[in-house]
Amino acid sequence: MLNKTGIPTQEQVLSRFPEQKALIRPKAILECYEDIPCNPCSTSCPFNAIEIGDNINKQPKLHVDLCTGCAVCVPSCPGLAIVIAQIKGDQAIFKIPYEFEPKPQKGEIWDGVNRSGEVICDAHIESVVINQKQDHTAVVTASVPLEFLHDFVTVRVKR
Amino acid sequence: MKRRQVGSMRVNEHPILKFPEREKIAFIFEGKKVYGYQGDTIASALHALGVKTLSYSIKLHRPRGFYCAIGNCASCNMIVNGKPNVRTCITLLEPDMVVERQMDKGAIK
Amino acid sequence: MIQKELIIIGGGPSGLCAAKMAAEAGVSVLLCDRSLKLGGQLIKQTHKFFGSKAQYAKTRGFDIAKILIDDVIHHPMVEIMTEATVVGLYPDKVVTVYHNDTYIKYQAQTIIVATGASEKFLAFENNDLPGIYGAGAVQTLMNLYGVLPGQDIIMVGSGNIGLIVSYQLLQAGVNVKAIVEAAPTIGGYKVHASKIRRLGIPIMTQTTIQKAIGKEHLEAVELVSLDDKWQPISGTEKTMPIDALCISVGLSPMHQLLSMVNAKTKFIPELGGFVPVIDDHHQTTVEGIFACGDAVGIEEASSAMMEGYLTGLYVTKHLHKEHPEQQKLMEKYEYELNMLRNGPFGVKTKIGLEKLRRGETHAE
Repeated sequence: MLNKTGIPTQEQVLSRFPEQKALIRPKAILECYEDIPCNPCSTSCPFNAIEIGDNINKQPKLHVDLCTGCAVCVPSCPGLAIVIAQIKGDQAIFKIPYEFEPKPQKGEIWDGVNRSGEVICDAHIESVVINQKQDHTAVVTASVPLEFLHDFVTVRVKR
Repeated sequence: MKRRQVGSMRVNEHPILKFPEREKIAFIFEGKKVYGYQGDTIASALHALGVKTLSYSIKLHRPRGFYCAIGNCASCNMIVNGKPNVRTCITLLEPDMVVERQMDKGAIK
Repeated sequence: MIQKELIIIGGGPSGLCAAKMAAEAGVSVLLCDRSLKLGGQLIKQTHKFFGSKAQYAKTRGFDIAKILIDDVIHHPMVEIMTEATVVGLYPDKVVTVYHNDTYIKYQAQTIIVATGASEKFLAFENNDLPGIYGAGAVQTLMNLYGVLPGQDIIMVGSGNIGLIVSYQLLQAGVNVKAIVEAAPTIGGYKVHASKIRRLGIPIMTQTTIQKAIGKEHLEAVELVSLDDKWQPISGTEKTMPIDALCISVGLSPMHQLLSMVNAKTKFIPELGGFVPVIDDHHQTTVEGIFACGDAVGIEEASSAMMEGYLTGLYVTKHLHKEHPEQQKLMEKYEYELNMLRNGPFGVKTKIGLEKLRRGETHAE
């Protein structure tokens, strides 16, 4: 299905999420489902939590215990395939890559969107970080209701 | 504050690229005074002004426009300052250039 | 006639990388490019590149161009000519260049043809209407000149270029209505496709353009679905109003200069069409004339860079002026190039290269 539509199956998505109790701390979700020659996520991680190995075509594997959710990998992935997820009470907090204008602003409410591009919920913008090292890829922290943990992937401005 | 741009088809704001303020250049297109920017090619300046047809095919007079952008296809050939067959997609815009559509194979007057 | 040790035709990624190796080995290099600027197609690429550190992974294409250009532009052994079109290549390794309304003749000991590729086109009714562009033209307009190709666009082709340029169109503020793909599956990296899908852009597989509609310029297209034998299914025609269409259906190696010296070519579809026959050291069938990058087979810029470094090193070996780190660098770049081809996306290239080696041919 991914090959036909560009949308991963629910099974593929769930395979990248650690178990819910691990998400008390923020953790990277590596949605890289295809062998392509690429490894900057692995080389950027300051905690060696992302493993690819010598054959850079292999998909990255997350060592959950080593991951601190620092989000350095988020703007490092050329495919924008990495987000950070965390569970806080009844909310799921995400750090996502964002490369459009206008950028969201702290405190705004934007649409929360799923992998098919459908609006599924409101997303509360908690913060937007952009610095030189990120090279024009902003990291946006957004919170959505917990029930959308496995569906939410990005934000879109409300029309 | 948003700058007022010459040409309705200019990129407004861009998340990655910076399009710095450039000097406005006046030129003549089909007898009318119009404007582009320093750094434009003739074809990109015309495109920004909404001019889509740059030439007509020789036999059937079918409209032709910007296609390859690298001087390969000849769809953008125009008469510039009296000289025909100028590949406007790879020719930089200069002040007071006189640009006209050519309707034939191009003749040096 | 001006004598040169090495003339490199083409200042894109592979030409620039070859120039660097040769210059570092003490070979005097003339690098010619017909464009206004060096950097080839890299200068229009706003996305972050893949690969490993050796291919500048996670660096944006136009920044990679700056790095490669910086490596050679101030090097005392490198002479650079832009707006210089190589118009002739002769068997005694004479190279004629048209530059500034003058015609200049050079003779080289070695030549590297690094002329890249040109875009393939699609045949459909009214495909010559203004408003129909190649993907490269769209990128040039948007990313170099800051001009929008249109307001509502459809992209034809879901290979990496089609997917990437669609994303770039969205970043520039153009409404991408759909990506249309004739094959049953998406051609490029799925991460690029996923990026597009989450922005709400449909990818219509087994769909193609039947005809373009408009008088003075494009106003709409008629789409049609294809069956499993790639034939249009009557009754599935659908008209979509758009003012721009972007055709991104593949690239063809642009090595035509080599026919002027009767270098052998072979038709290898896996490499993009007719390609020059080259040996393990990227030398064509004409002694002293080498070729690299997309001109010898369509891949990615990352491979073009590695091939460029290697071909520069093969030339220094040929001239008996080896690079101070010749062996080490050859091993490094050969390793990197193999790694880039080691995954599923490299399979097609490897099949093509094997055909080239084995002497399989459709035409000569």
